[in-house]
Amino acid sequence: MQLQSMYQEIILDHYRNPHGRGLREPFEAEVHHVNPTCGDEVTLRVHLDGDTLADVSYEGMGCSISQASVSAMYDLVIGKTVPEALAVGEDFMTLMQSKGDTTVADKLEDSLEDAVAFAGVSKYPARIKCALMSWMALKDASARALSVAHPTTPTGGSTA
Amino acid sequence: MTATVSRPGAGAQRTPLPLDVEAIRADFPILSRTVRDGKPLVYLDSGATSQKPRAVLDAERDFYETCNAAVHRGAHQLAEEATDRYEHARRTIGAFIGAPEREIVFTKNTTEGINLVAYALSNAATAKEEQFRRYAVGQGDEIVVTEMEHHANLVPWQQLCERTGATLRWLGLTDDGRLDLSDLHTVVNERTKLVAVTQQSNLLGTVNPLEPIVARAREVGALVLVDGAQSVPHQPVDVTELGADFLVFSGHKMLGPSGIGVLWGRYEVLDALPPFLTGGSMIEVVRMEGSTFMPPPQRFEAGVPMTAQAIGLAAAVEYLQALGMDAVEEHEKALTAYALERLAEIPGVTVIGPPDTVARGGAVSFTVEGIHPHDVGQVLDDRGVQVRVGHHCAWPVIRRFGVPATTRATFYVHTGYDDIDALADGVRAAQQFFGVAPQDPAEVN
Repeated sequence: MQLQSMYQEIILDHYRNPHGRGLREPFEAEVHHVNPTCGDEVTLRVHLDGDTLADVSYEGMGCSISQASVSAMYDLVIGKTVPEALAVGEDFMTLMQSKGDTTVADKLEDSLEDAVAFAGVSKYPARIKCALMSWMALKDASARALSVAHPTTPTGGSTA
Repeated sequence: MTATVSRPGAGAQRTPLPLDVEAIRADFPILSRTVRDGKPLVYLDSGATSQKPRAVLDAERDFYETCNAAVHRGAHQLAEEATDRYEHARRTIGAFIGAPEREIVFTKNTTEGINLVAYALSNAATAKEEQFRRYAVGQGDEIVVTEMEHHANLVPWQQLCERTGATLRWLGLTDDGRLDLSDLHTVVNERTKLVAVTQQSNLLGTVNPLEPIVARAREVGALVLVDGAQSVPHQPVDVTELGADFLVFSGHKMLGPSGIGVLWGRYEVLDALPPFLTGGSMIEVVRMEGSTFMPPPQRFEAGVPMTAQAIGLAAAVEYLQALGMDAVEEHEKALTAYALERLAEIPGVTVIGPPDTVARGGAVSFTVEGIHPHDVGQVLDDRGVQVRVGHHCAWPVIRRFGVPATTRATFYVHTGYDDIDALADGVRAAQQFFGVAPQDPAEVN
């Protein structure tokens, strides 16, 4: 049953009862990302307290994978500094590139918590971008928020 | 997971199919493979690209094994034979749509055929040759499309307008997925230079009434380009009855190879257009100061062309002709009627597009309440059923109907009722898997 390996119960729970959904104030940056091949969309806001992600709020529409991914991401990144959150994002990217290799997932479990359940998605190339969309949006919004907070600090990611 | 079995309701009629599906399937090697851990392949994505019968693969291989050479250059025997085969393919494909060979331009695909016309129209504005300026598009001119166009028949016209300062206008849609022609006479007017319209929508399945559009275009002296990517593979199309100036289609959607498409153009129109791509093969005389060009179709075929692919497409055309395009159309009509009925039996399923088979082809798009199309497609794929999900390169249509995306099943000559049963069973399985299965007596647990 390959379906169950992708649609883990944790993923379906996040999809049905998303955490942190809704756009909130205050925020320093808002981005809108789309997945041009399928039309999935997410609008995501970042509110920083210093360099710490005080809030990440979002609205979006899309498949269960994209919507569950942003919910699981919300749980993971709140309270982390931007570099810490982006490091978790890198781990998630590594998981998505693992092509179903369970040893990769095992190593990343501490870092990714619930989000390690997305390991099954890595076997389906067409769905990986659904899972990654929210992380790309977070990276983009964080860079913009930091450049608002520290206008002279080069962030390297505010061009999108 | 609970096994789901659905059965045809009283409404789902299996009228005898005009084509012998079992015999046809034996001609397609790929249809005997399995997917996702041994599931039989149910291919319902011919609208994206069709599978190829052995005759097409053999024709390509035979060309490479017996007479491969660069066509229209060289005087050796292989070059002569290759050129002969290539030009024979042009005649065969032309005859398929009722056109003489000199009106058949080989392109990469439909997209390239449309871009060829769009660029020729803007190149016309700056052509130094008087003969090429007749159809020049510029400021104050208008190009008309419809809201149901594939991106390939929309974006090139947007770009043409941006290059030239012309204005893009469009015909809208009705709620049941048909063209709204109520403002045809104002949208298509004296400023209109070209009307680009699909004959069959790749998302809605709608077969458009071209007659009133062509008649109006004629009144105002506008050119008409028909996107035949989804019509030429599935219904008889004769350019002498179409009344249009251009017809474009792709080989890969009609059992032929990828990388080959056709632009048909009325000769006097083609002859008045400047080239799009330039280089070898399309020139008459080349000097360092400038060059002159061959007449059509060579003027539009720069470089060594896709020779084996053209020959493969001719083999595909012969395969379709042996089946008979009337029979192909009737076959798909019966399948479409059955699919619409089977899907209508499932609570929560909504078809986007005409609800019956009147003026409708076999692209059936639908939504399933409570499940995103990607997830529907994933469950279907897990069961071996290959459909397309997403916006189908027709984002404005998706937006018009207020849905995020659709699941789309498309049919062809090897499709049978069993394939559609697999689709309907898969949709019910998706509803069960995601816990949105409405109460329905047809469900057996």
